[in-house]
Amino acid sequence: MNPKNILEVRDLVVKFKLSEGIVHAVNGVSYDVPEGKSIGIVGESGCGKTVSSYALNRLLPPYATLSGQILFRQQDGNIIDIAKLKPEGREIRAIRGRDIAMIFQEPMTSLSPVHTICNQISEALILFQGMTKKQARNRTIELLKLVGIPQAERRVDEYPFQFSGGMRQRAMIAMALARNPRVLIADEPTTALDVTLQAQVLSLIQDLQNRFNLSMILITHALGVVAHMVETVNIMYLGRIVETGPTMEIFEEPLHPYTQGLLQSIPKLTGRLGERVSSIPGSVPSAYDIPKGCPFEARCKHRMEICREEMPKPVTVGSEHTVYCHLYTGREAARDAANA
Amino acid sequence: MLQMPDDVILQVTGLKKYFPIESGFLLKKVLGHVKAVDDVSFTVRKGKTLGLVGESGCGKTTIARTVIRAYDPTAGTILFRSRDGVVDMAKAEKKDLKRIRRDMQMIFQDPYSSLNPRMPIMEIVAEPMKAHGVPKSVYEERVAELLKLVGLRPEYMRRFPHSFSGGQRQRIGVARALALNPSLILADEPVSALDVSVQAQVLNLLLDLQEQLGLTYLFISHDLSVVRYLCDQVAVMYLGRIVEIADVDRLYENPTHPYTSALLGAVPDANPKASWRPHDVVKGEIGKATADIKGCAFAPRCPFAKPECLEQVPELISVDPVNPEAQKSACLFARELSLPGVSTA
Repeated sequence: MNPKNILEVRDLVVKFKLSEGIVHAVNGVSYDVPEGKSIGIVGESGCGKTVSSYALNRLLPPYATLSGQILFRQQDGNIIDIAKLKPEGREIRAIRGRDIAMIFQEPMTSLSPVHTICNQISEALILFQGMTKKQARNRTIELLKLVGIPQAERRVDEYPFQFSGGMRQRAMIAMALARNPRVLIADEPTTALDVTLQAQVLSLIQDLQNRFNLSMILITHALGVVAHMVETVNIMYLGRIVETGPTMEIFEEPLHPYTQGLLQSIPKLTGRLGERVSSIPGSVPSAYDIPKGCPFEARCKHRMEICREEMPKPVTVGSEHTVYCHLYTGREAARDAANA
Repeated sequence: MLQMPDDVILQVTGLKKYFPIESGFLLKKVLGHVKAVDDVSFTVRKGKTLGLVGESGCGKTTIARTVIRAYDPTAGTILFRSRDGVVDMAKAEKKDLKRIRRDMQMIFQDPYSSLNPRMPIMEIVAEPMKAHGVPKSVYEERVAELLKLVGLRPEYMRRFPHSFSGGQRQRIGVARALALNPSLILADEPVSALDVSVQAQVLNLLLDLQEQLGLTYLFISHDLSVVRYLCDQVAVMYLGRIVEIADVDRLYENPTHPYTSALLGAVPDANPKASWRPHDVVKGEIGKATADIKGCAFAPRCPFAKPECLEQVPELISVDPVNPEAQKSACLFARELSLPGVSTA
């Protein structure tokens, strides 16, 4: 494992066995999370971005099968393969409760409606940090203040339904921070929020990430959000990463036809009345029956014979910019030859 | 006979919609009102699009529902040019509503819940024709024509909604809205539920249809980026009121209401180099629509608020003496403030 990484995901495959057939949700995904850095996983609905990150905490339903490696560097320096752990075992529970925290999209459904905010946040403090009830309560109030909840002393005893959407999301962030995690997985943390609240919550996450040196995985469909929040972007399509690279490079020089199409299809604030946004024809194929070759082949305007037959191998074009596309096969060799 | 300038399709004046807050079971007591829409006026011109934007709960959807009379307005007039002449939707009799609504149709946000899963596409798209007594013999031809118009194959009319993707379903919703040749389309967040690559397809379809058929849209959205491509004029709403209304480019480039500027600054543009101002975005959250607000509703969150902002509700007044209709703002200091907008550089 590379010493600068805290997490390394290798050839992750997740399948769901349903009565209708097998859903190939994640089909061989590899990426790194460098310690203290933020990475983004971007894609449209059903591309596997959420499933691939839930796998890191082994939060998959029992009918899911998982293979591949999820290497995690623990606090004491030991490397553990999360993919090999028992999904309900003691080890994974310790990781879930302490090292890898999650923020979910819908704060109303992911907070318990029948427990006060105090109870929910202090649970982890009592269980994993051995605090007394009183200590945990005081720490909870501190955390609520940290995430910007006004009148924290009073609101700590309220129930989630008494909080607005933005406040609930802040409470969930406080809950995630309660365990002093080293990795934060934020799954569409602001999708349910209005733009002004979204801006508030994103700037809060940015601020906390810097302050606590968190390693963050941000999962979102909103390219605007990743553009400003993360250092490295992974673009996913139909269960595979098709392109990965530094944020600036991905936005300025996208290489994969899907990334290019996706970026061109986003309406921008600087658009013009009546201007046509270019769109990607067709829609995402079914995950029951995934193509043998490139997942984007059916919608790609550059498709070639080989694209249907063979999944493209990764081609590294910049220092950290990698694309999975047959258009670029050979480019690497050409560059190496030029350098030689 | 009611009168309106010839190029106007819809003219809303002083529209209010208050929802009572009731308590008790048998003896209902009204405790107060939610002022969902409070004194809103705007005009939609033929072949043009007016965008209503704002965050959840600002009243944009309530306006659309009141315009089509799904809700009865509390006060105000809603003049609409139907094929039988100008009518006031606010006062129209129940029996006349059906006839008027031929000319005014809606497109909904969620393409999954707005199509009946038990009906084939043929029946879904023909439903408005059936409701308005169009002879059955023409359905098939008309449905085929409509499906072609929205970019779907006519053979699809025998299929059921489950065999279509989100984008295709939204096209079906558009086809249904067009079935009776309406002059005004009320589109309530029509692309919000779609993925970006598909969203662009539906946006372009709406633009193409407007050009081809001369449609007029009232377009409701929370997404300011989408609105820029589609709307000639944009009204920004906050807590039931329009705080700024302007021609699209002026609104984006030179906003004159602090809330408009804050909204534009809050949107993270898909360009890592674009300015994004999450830190100077307004603090706090939207207040309650039940409260009796004496002054400007935005004042508690406004970085420029002065004591006089809390005294009286600012009127929506023109900021440009040369072209008074081009931009109006409900801020006491609209002419003095110099607010950041979207730079085109």
